[in-house]
Amino acid sequence: MRVPIGWLAEHVDVPAGTPVEDLDTAFVRLGLEVEEVHRPAEVTGPLVVGRVLEIEELTGFKKPIRYCRVDVGEGTPRGIVCGATNFAVGDAVVVALPGAVLPGGFQIAARTTYDHVSDGMICSVRELGVGDDHAGILVLGDDAPAPGTPAAPVVGLDDVVIELAVTPDRGYCLSMRGIAREMGTGLGVPWRDPGALTPPAWSGEPAWQVTVEDAERCDRFSMVALEGLDPTAPSPWWMRRRLAQSGVRSISLAVDVTNYVMLELGQPMHAFDRDRVSGAIVVRRAREGERLTTLDGSQRRLASDDLLITDDSGPIGLAAVMGGASTEIGAATGSVLLEAAHWEPTGVARTARRHRLPSEAAKRFERGVDPEMTMVALARAAALLAEYGGARVVGTPVDVDTRGPRPAIALDPALPGRIAGVAYTPAQVSGLLGAVGCTVEGDGGALAVTPPSWRPDLTDPADLVEEVVRLAGYDDVPSVLPTAPPGRGLTDGQRRRRAVGRALAEFGYVEAPSFPFLGTAALDALGLPDGDPRRQVLLVRNPLSEEEPALRTTLLPGLLAALARNLSRGLRDVALFEHGSVFPGGERPAAPLPGVDRRPDDETLAALLGAVPEQPWHVAVALSGHREPRGWWGQGRPAVWADAVQAARRVAEAAGVELTVRARERAPWHPGRCAELLVDGRVVGHAGELHPRVCAALDLPPRTAVMELDVDALPPVPVPTGPHLSSFPPVFVDLAFVLAEEVPAAAVEASIREAAGDLLEAVRLFDVYTGPQVGEGRRSLAYSLTLRAPDRTLSGEEAAELRQRVVAHVEQAQQAELRG
Amino acid sequence: MSGANDPYDPKQVAALSPEALDAAVAAARQAFTGAADLEALAAVRPAHLGDRAPVPLARRELGALPPAARADAGKRVNAARVAVTEAFEARRAELEAERDARVLAEERVDVTLPWDRLPRGARHPLTTLTDRIADTFVGMGYEVAEGPELEAEWLNFDALNIGRDHPARTMMDTFFVAPEDSGLVLRTHTSPVQARTMLSRTPPIYVVAPGRVYRTDELDATHLPVFHQVEGLAVDRGLTMAHLRGTLDHLARSLFGADAVTRWRPSYFPFTEPSAEFDVWFPEHRDGPRWVEWGGCGMVNPRVLVACGIDPDAYTGFAFGMGIERALQFRSAVGDMRHFAEGDVRFTSSFGVEQ
Repeated sequence: MRVPIGWLAEHVDVPAGTPVEDLDTAFVRLGLEVEEVHRPAEVTGPLVVGRVLEIEELTGFKKPIRYCRVDVGEGTPRGIVCGATNFAVGDAVVVALPGAVLPGGFQIAARTTYDHVSDGMICSVRELGVGDDHAGILVLGDDAPAPGTPAAPVVGLDDVVIELAVTPDRGYCLSMRGIAREMGTGLGVPWRDPGALTPPAWSGEPAWQVTVEDAERCDRFSMVALEGLDPTAPSPWWMRRRLAQSGVRSISLAVDVTNYVMLELGQPMHAFDRDRVSGAIVVRRAREGERLTTLDGSQRRLASDDLLITDDSGPIGLAAVMGGASTEIGAATGSVLLEAAHWEPTGVARTARRHRLPSEAAKRFERGVDPEMTMVALARAAALLAEYGGARVVGTPVDVDTRGPRPAIALDPALPGRIAGVAYTPAQVSGLLGAVGCTVEGDGGALAVTPPSWRPDLTDPADLVEEVVRLAGYDDVPSVLPTAPPGRGLTDGQRRRRAVGRALAEFGYVEAPSFPFLGTAALDALGLPDGDPRRQVLLVRNPLSEEEPALRTTLLPGLLAALARNLSRGLRDVALFEHGSVFPGGERPAAPLPGVDRRPDDETLAALLGAVPEQPWHVAVALSGHREPRGWWGQGRPAVWADAVQAARRVAEAAGVELTVRARERAPWHPGRCAELLVDGRVVGHAGELHPRVCAALDLPPRTAVMELDVDALPPVPVPTGPHLSSFPPVFVDLAFVLAEEVPAAAVEASIREAAGDLLEAVRLFDVYTGPQVGEGRRSLAYSLTLRAPDRTLSGEEAAELRQRVVAHVEQAQQAELRG
Repeated sequence: MSGANDPYDPKQVAALSPEALDAAVAAARQAFTGAADLEALAAVRPAHLGDRAPVPLARRELGALPPAARADAGKRVNAARVAVTEAFEARRAELEAERDARVLAEERVDVTLPWDRLPRGARHPLTTLTDRIADTFVGMGYEVAEGPELEAEWLNFDALNIGRDHPARTMMDTFFVAPEDSGLVLRTHTSPVQARTMLSRTPPIYVVAPGRVYRTDELDATHLPVFHQVEGLAVDRGLTMAHLRGTLDHLARSLFGADAVTRWRPSYFPFTEPSAEFDVWFPEHRDGPRWVEWGGCGMVNPRVLVACGIDPDAYTGFAFGMGIERALQFRSAVGDMRHFAEGDVRFTSSFGVEQ
């Protein structure tokens, strides 16, 4: 809502000299957020009202040129050359005299042009920077001040416009009337209600026959008929100026008047060409198959929930949202039916949304319009059309009013204080509610508060509390820290997520969260086979990008995109991680939509929560380039598949679980370099080198390694128990086995552990050798074992026997032979 | 000093004479001092401290002396022995110190050489700031509540007093999830966690809920379609707006310094009443101390309490929510919102593992 301060001052006695900043502060304190302050373009030097005395049409030029004598209040008229033709002798215009500087640094000087000395300039709206009107120069109305009067205030060049963001509960602030009330209260100054206008006592036959069939959705419908409107009559300058300041385009007098009255009083109106309306007007719901071409020229299929204004020909307007084309005011319209009604907000919202028509009218009706304003607005519009267009009201206006009385709200006068933590007196509470416009009855005990007609949002005691606290001022609320009961700290799951993130960060990975949207192309690039569960995605109905309409089922596309982005920015050694939710697809029952007047029953609540898909928390890493950089110590170490597996081990350690690993083929990994990650026999993720085709498809360096793991799949861990620490000396044994290359190291280690039993304190693989010494297809794995007994020093015989047991078992279990 | 009639063998006792002992000590001192290094010192040691050295040899002669003379001579020999030993040790210490100084000097390295063989990573500043905020509340006794990003429409809107045809609903720029009747949306705020919490717990409730939220805004320098909020909710007997202010002030001080306070502007959220937007006074702002818009707050609307099964006559509650990106933007002077979405390691690494 744009509020021209000049307009506001017409209704509110803003103290002279109040700086714009103070108004800004006052608006904000009232809860009207100031989005922008529009200051007029700067004009310096003499700019005055002029009256055109003579016009001499100059000929012989490529375009019409006029040489005018203009009275600028100096005794002697000035001669001014002008290229526009939309003015006549006697018109009041705006003249920039030599020395004036118009917006954009346009300096006015006396100069010779078209063989005449032009001693100034007659200005257009655009030249003055007060609008975008292309229709030639600005002609002020008959009520223009005398020639020579400074013109800046007349054209609004001194007028600041404050643009407010009005919250949805404050529909009444979408009008000067509402803003004036708020500002009068906020500044504590007198103000006048432009809605306090008594319509004249019209008489005669009813203006039209009107039936309202749906009183639920339309509890008041008013209409006035006008005749004798001069369709060529222009809108007065002051009205055009205010419309322009409010961001509304001037169209014709009839349309401008309805828009102006809407801005002034908040009551949207519609003007029908009376001669094009046939028969009685009926307000009803749409019927199956009905269509309406609206003012914007589009033909709309109507839904049975749409409320219509109809005549004998069918629909002539989409109630509260937009009028129909068939009865539109035209260039020859002399007879008008003006309609002002009160429509039920949620129905308007549905129709506006269904037809994607967020019109100014719909915006106001959705937020609530004062039902008392229909006749007032019609009277105001009729008066303006009479004054500027020669129109006269015929017959008695129609007013179908089926509203019931507004119920009073019972309010404990102590409630506002209890909610705010501020001691308001009962008198203060009553006074502030009165300032809002409420009728307050009762004293001592509960108050009966009847909100004003323009505040449909006030329905509950809490609404009244807000008004009291707001008008008293939020700054009155003190600062008191409450004492919460002792909490239990973070949950195990929350600790685990933090631990995982910290572990990876300490381990060299940089967190790179990405948006969880993806498209089929990303899944194709990963080479996921048909039927892969990760291809079963949930789709966003209104995605930001048609290329990425799905929710991620894997973190890899986003992470690999971030990797590629870093590489494209010139980084070479990049190790990234991300952890966050993924959204597996699949059929699910629709979530129910229970009422809100009480807690949903347990069954409904279970269905509601059950309809929300599981969104497991995953962690993933991706790395490329050097894991360890080259330096003065020597060569760097390239990132390889094993780094990705080790990242998974780090995650498992951080989570307190034991991870086992086995070879597996799975997209998008290299079939020979993919580790399946298991915890307690359950697959929780995969790690390894990306498939070369995936690297190629995503334009990533070869050997890029990735890991993805489902953190939520990791089991909870029991409280750890402290180990027994033996202080007896250890025995160190080194063993190298030669065995088939296919035998996994993990299996050999498992065999060692089996055989050594409790006396094995630690085992570590310290060398892997392939080459001529061990033969084709075979390799040597060398392990270092630490043996130690909890209760004694191991004797030489015991150690030798244990060594022999391990060797025998590994040789037998893994077809290995001890390397000599 | 021997008695005149003691048996006396001049040849043997000559070694015990003060002159002889003094000479031996002097000779030893000279030899030790003359040793240029530890090796040379070790080489001259036997001649002065070895079994065949003069002082030990003299000591062996003591037995031959009459008892009256023995004590006297014994003292002399001992003194000589101590003097030689001390001279040796002193010289050895001297030479060892010299050697150590030389060796350690030779072993000197350039300690400014880098050793970043395993570069560190970093957690994202959104993560660390979220944790910090959560920790502030955990310190006050709050618990961290969670809810899904893909959320039931009813919990995101209806339960929060945002009816189907409410203008606030269309203003939320919601991502809807197919099919049309799925009843699911990408949550537009963390507030559905409020509803989930109240539906699953009984008061007193003190929770904070950080998380990712979604709006259909195109990504640019000032807008993110995916961003993070922290939601707070307290429901208890007798809670007032004063408690809300106290809580927000406390958070402001913990994040922005002891001088930070909050300021409220009346606003509107369907799920709180009264509602306010709040600004924080941020003395460290890079463009000078100023008020910065931060979030929204208010007293839980009794209608929301009712929908979640809490008696609004017995309990009141307050709730607040703010953007994490927004807080980082001014707290850490981040100019362009896109930095939060790009995963550029230079951005994230600059914040470190723990902010």
